Amino acid sequence: MNVKDLVDALNLKVYSGHEGLDNMVTGGYTSDLLSDVMGNAPAGAVWITLQTHVNVMAVATLKDISAVILVKGLQPEPNTIVQSDNEKIPILGTDLQAFEISGKLYHLLGLK
Amino acid sequence: MHFEYRVQGGDFVRAGQASSQVKKILKQLNVSPGIIKRVVVALYEGEVNIVAHAFQGKIYVDIETNKIRVVLDDVGPGIPDIEMAMRPGFSTASPIVREMGFGAGMGLPNIKANTDKMKISSVVGVGTRLEFEVALKE
Repeated sequence: MNVKDLVDALNLKVYSGHEGLDNMVTGGYTSDLLSDVMGNAPAGAVWITLQTHVNVMAVATLKDISAVILVKGLQPEPNTIVQSDNEKIPILGTDLQAFEISGKLYHLLGLK
Repeated sequence: MHFEYRVQGGDFVRAGQASSQVKKILKQLNVSPGIIKRVVVALYEGEVNIVAHAFQGKIYVDIETNKIRVVLDDVGPGIPDIEMAMRPGFSTASPIVREMGFGAGMGLPNIKANTDKMKISSVVGVGTRLEFEVALKE
């Protein structure tokens, strides 16, 4: 499954990083602590978070994250968008909260 | 090969740039993804520690045939109790830094878990030196 499939299936907004919509999605990780993501998120994961600042993209890039989903209608900051475009890692958005979107992603990836 | 990077305390916008450049270099050298991951996790945590806690710092990276050696030197407040700082969950980060999702007390344990050798030396009121090594062959 790639990021575009995910966007369609979960009805997500695409804020930025359109060039990365064909990135392959191999898992997910939900956390708002950057060191937790640094230490534990698997490569290829979609990262679900409420953090919107530019360091999200630094971590996402270093960890080879496939896409970031911002929860609860939160929007990325302008320099986060710039980095997302540069690194071709899409920032997506949902109005759902982290628990709900994590559950939907878990099912979608067939992990249940 | 030797590389040096400057890190500015408080500059969260640029935090991670040195790590990103080292990652690119290791990729070009065909280092295995698993080892690149370990180096990058340790280096990013060290870089963020300088940004979050120190006034300024320098990162020295030496890539040899069998290992990568990194020294992060900062001018800053220093660490009064290194054993305490190493404890998972312990942090002295400011509330603003914590709100950004840093300062969870996971940085130094992450560095320890991802390196083969790690050493911290610090003088209170002067600065901190973090050194680590990662073998480049699995």
